[in-house]
Amino acid sequence: MVGALMTTINRNAVQQQVTVVGNKRVGAYHQILLNVGDVVKSCRPGNFVAIAVGGDSSRMILRRAFAISRVSESSQYGGTMELIVAPHGSGSKWLCSQVEGSEIDIVAPLGTAFGIPTEPINALLIGGGYGSAPLFGLADVLKSRGCKVDMLLGASVGSKIYAPMEGKRSVNSLKIYTEDGSMGETGRVTESLLDIVSQRQIDVIYSCGPMAMLSAITKLVEGTDVIHQCAVEESMACGIGICMTCVLPVTNEDGSTSMLRSCIDGPVMDGAHVRWDLVGKVPEVNQ
Amino acid sequence: MTLPVDLSTTLGNAWFPAPIFTASGCASSGKELAQFVPLKEIGAVVTKSVMSKPRHGRPTPRMAETPSGMLNSIGLQGPGIDSFLANDVPWLLEQKARVIVSIAGETIEEYSTLARKLRSVSGISAVEVNISCPNVENRGLVFACDPDASRRVIDGVRKTIGGDLPIIAKLSPDVTDLPSIARGVVDAGADALALINTVLGMVINLDTMRPHLGGKTGGLSGPAIRPVAVRAIYQVHAALPKVPILGMGGVSSGRDALELILAGASGVSVGTASFGNPSALMKIQNELRDLLQARGFATLQQAVGFAHREENA
Repeated sequence: MVGALMTTINRNAVQQQVTVVGNKRVGAYHQILLNVGDVVKSCRPGNFVAIAVGGDSSRMILRRAFAISRVSESSQYGGTMELIVAPHGSGSKWLCSQVEGSEIDIVAPLGTAFGIPTEPINALLIGGGYGSAPLFGLADVLKSRGCKVDMLLGASVGSKIYAPMEGKRSVNSLKIYTEDGSMGETGRVTESLLDIVSQRQIDVIYSCGPMAMLSAITKLVEGTDVIHQCAVEESMACGIGICMTCVLPVTNEDGSTSMLRSCIDGPVMDGAHVRWDLVGKVPEVNQ
Repeated sequence: MTLPVDLSTTLGNAWFPAPIFTASGCASSGKELAQFVPLKEIGAVVTKSVMSKPRHGRPTPRMAETPSGMLNSIGLQGPGIDSFLANDVPWLLEQKARVIVSIAGETIEEYSTLARKLRSVSGISAVEVNISCPNVENRGLVFACDPDASRRVIDGVRKTIGGDLPIIAKLSPDVTDLPSIARGVVDAGADALALINTVLGMVINLDTMRPHLGGKTGGLSGPAIRPVAVRAIYQVHAALPKVPILGMGGVSSGRDALELILAGASGVSVGTASFGNPSALMKIQNELRDLLQARGFATLQQAVGFAHREENA
C-alpha cells in the first residue's frame, strides 16, 4: 500500500526547459507547439502540463495548467506537445506571446487520463470552448482501437469553436453548437444529448469543458448505462498535489464524500462520482 | 582548497544534516514532491498540520494569486491523526527523510490529545505546534494572537509529550508584540519557534463584487511577505538570541534563505516556492551552500543571526 502510493503520484512527471517550435492563432485561440522530447511517450489523452509563466522577474509565482491537446513524434522535432490556449488572463496571454525559439519551463505529464476501452465501443466526445483541445488526441487513440467516435462541440460564439481540419479526420461525425447561432446549430451541446445517445447507442461519453456543462451532462445521463468520463476544471496553484486548492467533492464507495484534488485524482473523473451539487460548498461531516 | 560548508543545524535537541525544510501545509506529507526532490537530502519534511479527526476544510475557491504572492484558504483539510500516523509517517521514515509533525487543534485539549498520540511514535525529529493557522472559522481561535492562549497550548503539549521531543511553536506575524508572544511560549516549554505563518488577507472579485475566496479571508504567502518574515525573525532573535528559529515566508532562492538566516533563522522552510517550482527545495539548498561559501562561512551556524553583530565586528 505504502509502496503503491509512492509509484502512483506524479510518477511520470518531469520538469524541464522546452522550446516553443510553433505558435499560431486559430480563431480565438493559440495553437502552441512545444518540443518536449521523450516526455511524449508518457503523455496520455486527458493529462495536463503545468507551465511557469512570466519569465524570471515575473510577479506571477504560480504555474498555469493546460490540457495537453495531443502529442506526436515528428521527424523534424522529435517529440512535440500541442496546446490550445485562450489568451484570457495574464499567464495565458504571456504564453500566447511566446515566439518560436522561446524556452519555457514545464512539468508534465500530470493528472489522470481518460480511460481507454479494451473493446471497440461507441464513444461520444463532448467539448465546450477550448475544452475540445484534448478530445482530438483522444479521438485518435479511440479510433485506433476500432471505436466509433462521434463529437459534439459547443461554445458561445463560432470563433470559440476549436475544430482543426486534421482533427475532424479522426471522428465519424462532428456536430457544432453555438449559443448565438454564428456556427452550426443554435443552442448548447446538451440540447438533444439523450436522443443522440440512444440513436447512436453510445457506451461512453468523454467530456471536457466548463463545470456547468460537465454537471449538466452527468444529470442527463443519470439512470442510463452510459459512462461519463469528464475532465474537470478547478483553479490550482501547484498542479502536483501539494497545495490542496483544487479540491472537488467526490463520492466514495461507502457513500461518504471526500474532497479530492483535481490535479492528482483528476482532471479526468467519473462524472457520476462528482458531487456537483456540493462544488463550492463543504460536505456534511459524517463521523 | 576550501572545505565544503557544514550545512548541519539543530532545533532544540534535534539535529538535521541540512537547513532547508518543507513548510507545513505546502508539501502535504511528502509523497507528491518525492518525484522532484530527494526528501532525505533536505533538512526535514514538515508535514501538513494534522488535527484529531479527518477534516474537509473550506469551500472552493481556495486560492487567489496576488502580486508576487497568493492567498490560500484551505482550512486544514486532512486525514486526521490516526490515518496520518498509520500511513504517512512510516512512508517518510522509509524514505530516510527526517520528519517534523505539525499539529493543529480547535481547543487547548485537542493539542494535548494530539501530543499524546505522538508520544509513542518513534522516529520523528520534532513536533511543530501550529497555533497560528489563519483559516479557522473563528479568528478568536487563532491561539497565537492571544499570549495567554498560546502559553496554555504549549504548556499542555509539553506536559503531555514529556521532555525529549523538541516542540516548535509556529507563530503568526499578525500581532502587535511578537517578541512577547514568543517569550511566553518559550517559557511554557517551546524549544524553538517557527516564524512566520501566512499573513491574513482578502481579495475581492470584481465580477461578483464579493470576497473571492470561499472562506472570504485567506493566508498570504510568497515573496510578497518575505520582508515581514525577515523583520519578525530579526525582532525575535534580538529578544531571544538563544532560541532557535525555523524561518519561513516567501523564500524562493538561496539568497532569500540566507537573508532569513542572517536575521536569526537556524533553518529555513520553503512553502509556496514549491508550488511554482517543484524542485525549489534542492535548488535553494544548493544556492545557499554556494552563497555561504562565497562569504567565507565555514558553517551555517556562523551565519545564524550574523546581521545582529556589533557595528565594528
